[in-house]
Amino acid sequence: MQITVTINGKQYSHDIEPRISLTQYLRETLELTGTHIGCDTSSCGACTITLDGNAVKSCTLLAVQADGCEITTIEGMADGDAMHPIQEAFKEEHGLQCGFCTPGMVMTAADILKNNPSPTEEEIRHGLEGNFCRCTGYHNIVKSIQLAADKINS
Amino acid sequence: MGKYIGKSIKRREDARFLKGAGKYTDDIKLPKMTHSAFVRSPYAHAKVLSIDTSAAQKAEGVVAVFTGHDGCGTYGVPCGWQVNFKDGETMREPLHPLLAKDKINHLGEAVAIVIAETLELARDAAELVEVEYEELPAVTDPKKAMEAGAPLVHDQWKDNAAFDWCIGNDRAEVETALANAHHVTEMEYRNQRLAPNAMEPRSYIADYDVNADKWTLYTSTQNPHLIRLLMCAFALGIPEHKVRIVSYDVGGGFGSKIYHYTEEALLTWASKEIGRPIKWTSDRSEAFLTDAHGRDHYVTSKMGFDKEGKIVAHLTDEYCAMGAYLSTFAPAVPTYLHGTLFQGVYTTPLIHLNVVAPFTHTVAVDAYRGAGRPEATYLLERLISKAAKEMNIDPAELRFKNFIPAFDGVEQPGYQTQVALQYDSGNYVPTLKKGLEMVGYEDFRMEQAEARKNGKLLGIGLSTWIEGCGIAPSAVVGALGARAGLYEVGHVRVQPTGKVSVFTGSHSHGQGHETVFAQFVADKLGIDMDDVDIEHGDTDQVAFGMGTYGSRSLSVGGSAIIKSIDKILEKGAKIAAHKLEAAEEDLEYAEGKWTVKGTDKSVSFGDVSLTAYVPHDYPEGLEPGLDFSSFYDPTNFTYPFGTHIAVVEVCQDTGKIDIKRFVTVDDVGNVMNPMIVDGQIQGGVVQGIGQALLEEVVYDEYGQMITGSYMDYAMPRADDVPMIETERTVTPCPHNPLGVKGAGEAGAIGSTPAVVSAVVDALAHLGVTDIQMPLTPQRVWKAMQN
Repeated sequence: MQITVTINGKQYSHDIEPRISLTQYLRETLELTGTHIGCDTSSCGACTITLDGNAVKSCTLLAVQADGCEITTIEGMADGDAMHPIQEAFKEEHGLQCGFCTPGMVMTAADILKNNPSPTEEEIRHGLEGNFCRCTGYHNIVKSIQLAADKINS
Repeated sequence: MGKYIGKSIKRREDARFLKGAGKYTDDIKLPKMTHSAFVRSPYAHAKVLSIDTSAAQKAEGVVAVFTGHDGCGTYGVPCGWQVNFKDGETMREPLHPLLAKDKINHLGEAVAIVIAETLELARDAAELVEVEYEELPAVTDPKKAMEAGAPLVHDQWKDNAAFDWCIGNDRAEVETALANAHHVTEMEYRNQRLAPNAMEPRSYIADYDVNADKWTLYTSTQNPHLIRLLMCAFALGIPEHKVRIVSYDVGGGFGSKIYHYTEEALLTWASKEIGRPIKWTSDRSEAFLTDAHGRDHYVTSKMGFDKEGKIVAHLTDEYCAMGAYLSTFAPAVPTYLHGTLFQGVYTTPLIHLNVVAPFTHTVAVDAYRGAGRPEATYLLERLISKAAKEMNIDPAELRFKNFIPAFDGVEQPGYQTQVALQYDSGNYVPTLKKGLEMVGYEDFRMEQAEARKNGKLLGIGLSTWIEGCGIAPSAVVGALGARAGLYEVGHVRVQPTGKVSVFTGSHSHGQGHETVFAQFVADKLGIDMDDVDIEHGDTDQVAFGMGTYGSRSLSVGGSAIIKSIDKILEKGAKIAAHKLEAAEEDLEYAEGKWTVKGTDKSVSFGDVSLTAYVPHDYPEGLEPGLDFSSFYDPTNFTYPFGTHIAVVEVCQDTGKIDIKRFVTVDDVGNVMNPMIVDGQIQGGVVQGIGQALLEEVVYDEYGQMITGSYMDYAMPRADDVPMIETERTVTPCPHNPLGVKGAGEAGAIGSTPAVVSAVVDALAHLGVTDIQMPLTPQRVWKAMQN
């Protein structure tokens, strides 16, 4: 099937197999390998992207379902060398270790802060429910998102 | 100290991960690369009657299909540690084939690999492989595996034991002391099976280059050289110098990526057969079925006390599952990484542990964060907390009574335990005191009583843990059955311009070596951190290495680098002396330059480096270049220790547990980067909380896994845990140059018993004395009702 999507501000058109997941399309066809696959039950959130402004788990969608949509992946967050405030905050607060869950965490953080610019710790933890991290114990991820909120709000 | 050591320097590896530019194995695409899928057994124990691959061979896009009959499984993957029976019988060591031929021994064991042009086509074709099985009865529980009449995993032996081993004092002597003890506390429980669950599933790409007659294996491993050695020398019998192992970014390991897995060897073999690269990436369901698991001990234990509350003896019997085959380090985990910690931080004079390690119809059990030491700590700390309740002594007081007195390993000798090892340095009282202060222990009991009146169930749990890490002195582990040395290699290459490339055999999969190692290298050389790069994870770049596990990177890997730096400075001084026309002994080195003592005459590190590579005016007889590699073999393990305290509230109506506070005071020796050490502790603590409250791999009676996905296996989520309050004391390690002990496993080792003891404390007035992990609301609620 032919699909046309806008990803990180650039338009792509591809003829793809209908059964290909959006994650596979991003990783294999477009070679945007920042979006990761950590499970097969939509539980871990490593594949989180923004689709038409909302965070979604790209493994739950077929690529053909994204036809006509606007997508932002982790590769679209930084502005050249200048990292997004969320990315900066993750670095400053040591919100990542192995880095595998990190793209999904950053995209989810963006979604949390879009809907709630000054979240409480509890609201952040609730917002991260769909993203697993095995390294950090979430402590510094929560702090990163708190710092990111401060950065964006100031 | 220098500019960098001890500072929370932000990580230089973060930018690539944060931008989605990490290079994990599955991100790599090679020209002409094929993809693969495995046909795996749906039974835990079965005879394979026939395998028909004809339809798959003809399917669209299929390049090849291989079964165990195609010549790939002759040697199998080896085990790296031999633990014999206490009566002298050699460890029973079954062949672990790359593909099962006639017999299936665990759910998910592979019988065929299908290689195709795309992943989807490989998976389609895998469904066309027809395997006829005859299902057989299975046993998955380590205790049941040793009962008379239990189904045998390997028919060549009369029972399922891989070994039956003991450590410590004479059993009869321990039993007598227990019989004469004033009080005996008993426990019987299962330290449940866990799945490590690194977020990046295992991933491999094997690439045979026919023109060069060389293999490259890209693999998500914690120890590239060890994989090369095991695969070349044992599994495949191919020449080691013709194999390159590359392990760039690895998305977490926690032990599960130490081992040499069958898929690594099989892909490497098959790549030569088809003459093209082959990729395989596990999906999460496969990971649950095939990654080595952790824990799974069945424990029966007694600890005896005298009238004053001093421990007089400790006797434990365990059944520890090995799984169907012996994974790389599996035999070491419930023995030398477990029994050797039974001294804990206590002066227990008599200790005996017996371990029967049976084969079970399950995937292998091997090291998972802490590896044997969390199991030892859980037992000791629960015993002490339970005994305190039974004897009506405060659990903190009971610990203070039994602590080993402080020793620094320099002025005072190391502490000789009853279980083989000698602790390097320890000072246990301050961590507990500090932890009690942080948590407000004095006031807590009043709060607890007050809360109970208002229907709130609060509890507090203590854990004063110790571990042996920084593994390990080769001669010692060799005597204990290791089939490898456990030294590390550190290679420092000073470039002509004075920039420094460091090649380490340690491997970072989240620990931040690129930053931490550069911190101490820059300080020791007195140069800028930006002038130091750390390289790891490629056997063609790094001379050799044993990898990262057992909290060994800094204490062993870092020490190897220090050795090379010492050699660099020694040779540099000769060059500097020549340039300064001074005697070497008149020079001092600081802030990146050699200075003639008491003068302002100096020469910089950069000048000396350039001279070493452009040796026109040069000391006679001295080789050009400034490039040294060193092997460092530690003289002892390191022994970090600390206190973990959990405060919990249990919901009366549902049994749900809310961790209100989690406090740690850990002593990991000197600290290079506090931010990273805290991060390691926080992450480890949450894994330990996961074991206490949420996680368990469950096999049913047929050997089917009923927790084979994240829908069923409960991982800790952000809203399951609180902020972790970390503090520390510093007792330097006396036997390595940086004085470091290791922090990678500490969190997971100390935390679990603190949580369980806190819950039991909250429910003590209801007569609850123990609850089987994981402490699900259902179990807790049931315990409250009984």
